[in-house]
Amino acid sequence: MKSISPAVRVVAAPSDSTSAPSVDPTGRARDLLGVSRLTNSALTSWLHGLPGVDQVGCEGRAAGLGTRSIKTTSKAFAIDMAISMIDLTTLEGADTAGKVRGLAAKALHPDPSDPSTPSPAAVCVYGDMVATARAALGDSPINVAAVATAFPSGRALMPVKLADTRDAIAAGADEIDMVIDRGAFLSGDYLGVFREIAQVAEACVREDGSRARLKVIMETGELVTYDNVRRASWLSMLAGGDFIKTSTGKVSPAATLPVTLIMLEAVRDWRDLTGEMVGVKPAGGIRTSKDAIKFLVTVSEIAGDDWLDPFWFRFGASSLLNDLLLQRQRMRIGAYSGPDYVTDDSPSLY
Amino acid sequence: MAKFEYAPAPESRAVVDLAPSYGLFINGEFTESQGGSAFKTVNPATEEVLSEVTDASAADVDRAVAAARRAYNGVWGRMSGADRGKYLFRIARILQERAREFAVLETLDNGKPIKESRDVDVPLAAAHFFYHAGWADKLEYAGLGTNPRAHGVVGQVIPWNFPLLMLAWKIAPALATGNTVVLKPAETTPLTALLFADVVQQADLPPGVVNIVTGAGATGQAIVDHPDIDKLAFTGSTGVGKMIARSIAGTRKKATLELGGKAANIIFEDAAIDQAVEGIVNGIFFNQGHVCCAGSRLLVQENIAEDLERRLKRRLQTLRVGDPLDKNTDVGAINSKAQLSRITELTAAGEAEGAERWDNGCELPAKGFWFRPTVFTGVSQGHRIAQEEIFGPVLSVLTFRTPQEAVAKANNTPYGLSAGVWTEKGSRILWMADQLRAGVVWANTFNKFDPTSPFGGYKESGYGREGGRHGLSAYVTTESNG
Repeated sequence: MKSISPAVRVVAAPSDSTSAPSVDPTGRARDLLGVSRLTNSALTSWLHGLPGVDQVGCEGRAAGLGTRSIKTTSKAFAIDMAISMIDLTTLEGADTAGKVRGLAAKALHPDPSDPSTPSPAAVCVYGDMVATARAALGDSPINVAAVATAFPSGRALMPVKLADTRDAIAAGADEIDMVIDRGAFLSGDYLGVFREIAQVAEACVREDGSRARLKVIMETGELVTYDNVRRASWLSMLAGGDFIKTSTGKVSPAATLPVTLIMLEAVRDWRDLTGEMVGVKPAGGIRTSKDAIKFLVTVSEIAGDDWLDPFWFRFGASSLLNDLLLQRQRMRIGAYSGPDYVTDDSPSLY
Repeated sequence: MAKFEYAPAPESRAVVDLAPSYGLFINGEFTESQGGSAFKTVNPATEEVLSEVTDASAADVDRAVAAARRAYNGVWGRMSGADRGKYLFRIARILQERAREFAVLETLDNGKPIKESRDVDVPLAAAHFFYHAGWADKLEYAGLGTNPRAHGVVGQVIPWNFPLLMLAWKIAPALATGNTVVLKPAETTPLTALLFADVVQQADLPPGVVNIVTGAGATGQAIVDHPDIDKLAFTGSTGVGKMIARSIAGTRKKATLELGGKAANIIFEDAAIDQAVEGIVNGIFFNQGHVCCAGSRLLVQENIAEDLERRLKRRLQTLRVGDPLDKNTDVGAINSKAQLSRITELTAAGEAEGAERWDNGCELPAKGFWFRPTVFTGVSQGHRIAQEEIFGPVLSVLTFRTPQEAVAKANNTPYGLSAGVWTEKGSRILWMADQLRAGVVWANTFNKFDPTSPFGGYKESGYGREGGRHGLSAYVTTESNG
């Protein structure tokens, strides 16, 4: 896993899985597309040649997976798995160092009444809060993820986006959550989106040659159709994203089960094609344990259990953690405690 | 690396209250048989005996028909449509209220997964009563012809694959149009029909409007042959359907027959491939493939066949086969030992004829009747598994090169109940639907049922339609059609 990061604090890659390699995405894209020069028309033919998605069938499949009944031991397994997959997130204009430290403390000790509770995978903040988060997390294995590239709209010039990324990395970010230019994607400028992702991926390389893992936010709520979600997923993987991520959390709908299902099919098929695994991160709108478990069922049955690992699957969430903790407490003591028995570092300001 | 094992999630049986034995439901009450015998009904998933039911005699059938005739002449045939509708709405609501009880009992007696009895069979059965309740006072405006009138007494014989749902398909339109009913459930799955008799009592339906006689082939024959039956409705095998047609030839009896099928599920190169895979799975592994309209022949365009087969086999490895009462079970038990033998025999023939056999290798329970989801590739039209209805979780894969070839192969069967077409091209869907000789053509979906949509076959898949306005017309005579 040396290609990912030298830092011990990164969520460890499973030893028997392939990791995201630092490849030259343009060279690989030329190989995969069978072209000597990567053009927008070559990319368009390739992406538009992907099989379509039937909306009714896709939503029916997701609804079917949502009826799985996960009880007792499998529920306990799923709750702990879900907790360990959370990118505990605060992305508010009102964020302060105090708020971020509180979030970090929560990540370090999610349930003070039960030290066996797993920690979330990462704390996700704006770039200017990375140093604060890093300091608060100390040398714990919890990662710091930073949103970058003029999050959430992505409406800035490329130098700004790259500077945003580099600043976050310099401040100690282990992971970068970038947004794609949805305008470019929707106008058919796939090459523009490809280059943008590839350049940000390059900016994720640290001075010592190690890399921060790159999550590519497609903002599926703005892409609207499942065909677009599938194309954006393949484009993001082709351009070198280590993760494909649904949403910023600022646009509704955010992470829906059918959208995540399409993305899980994409990473599954990408592995068939290239032998490489890419992670998936639904973010925004997943608030209950019941919902989180439906996503894990979908991971297991669509992509396979290889993805049931915090290295390959994440939830971008904030309030989800406390619902999982409530359920976890209930399974331990046999009764519901209530919101006063889980600590809350992110109460509403209003 | 972690593996997500689903813990057992069994639905409780406590909601079902089974009697050790059941009589016949005639004239609004359970009665002892006159000269009939008894037989046991078992849970096909465990071979546990659930209860003992009556094998009705010809004398019993005669009593049932007489009760139905009295009810028709005395009450039901004279009742206003609006009042009949009230009873049907009441039955529909009771079915919803007692949905869990019906679902668990159906799963126990039939072997189908609780997921399906809970989410498909029982809700659809209630929907059929709701739908037909709405028509009861509007028959004049249903476009059936002038002055639609009931036939009188209807004899109905239903199969074991969707016991309660087939009962609903039969009884709801018959009652809505003012007929009275003598219904025989299948020999291996009589219990939900007997529980329905309880609903009939609860709804306070006048005695004799619905009569339920259990039994085997001889009981069914007694219904078919009874001189005071005005109309027959049968769902089941083509062989029995032909016998019925012969029996009533030359009589005044009307009939609708919903028989076997060997449906083609046709996948074009431009299909939404992941959803097509789901449609194939739903087409042939839904209800263990015990579906007359099952998509048992997969016709796939040759240029995507390899990729599709790979995706399909991967998907089949996630199917959960086992305890039908477990809420996570996808494929349940084969309904009977006899059916299991037939599936085993036909699949052996498939292998012997040179098709390549594959199954998902899942573990099967030690007791009960089970068959692994199975796929045959390299099948040609001449193979028995491409021609005969297997009625089990067995898919035969054939390929085609052009739309014309797909149509020719799809139609090259004595059956014509249903077909599926998978393509992103709308014009092709319309062209295919026009060419396919099948009563139902699904586009980019499969095995979707709705009470508003007529269902029925071409050729040896039978005649008459069930559901929708077309289904109503089978239960009335009009001045224009006599």
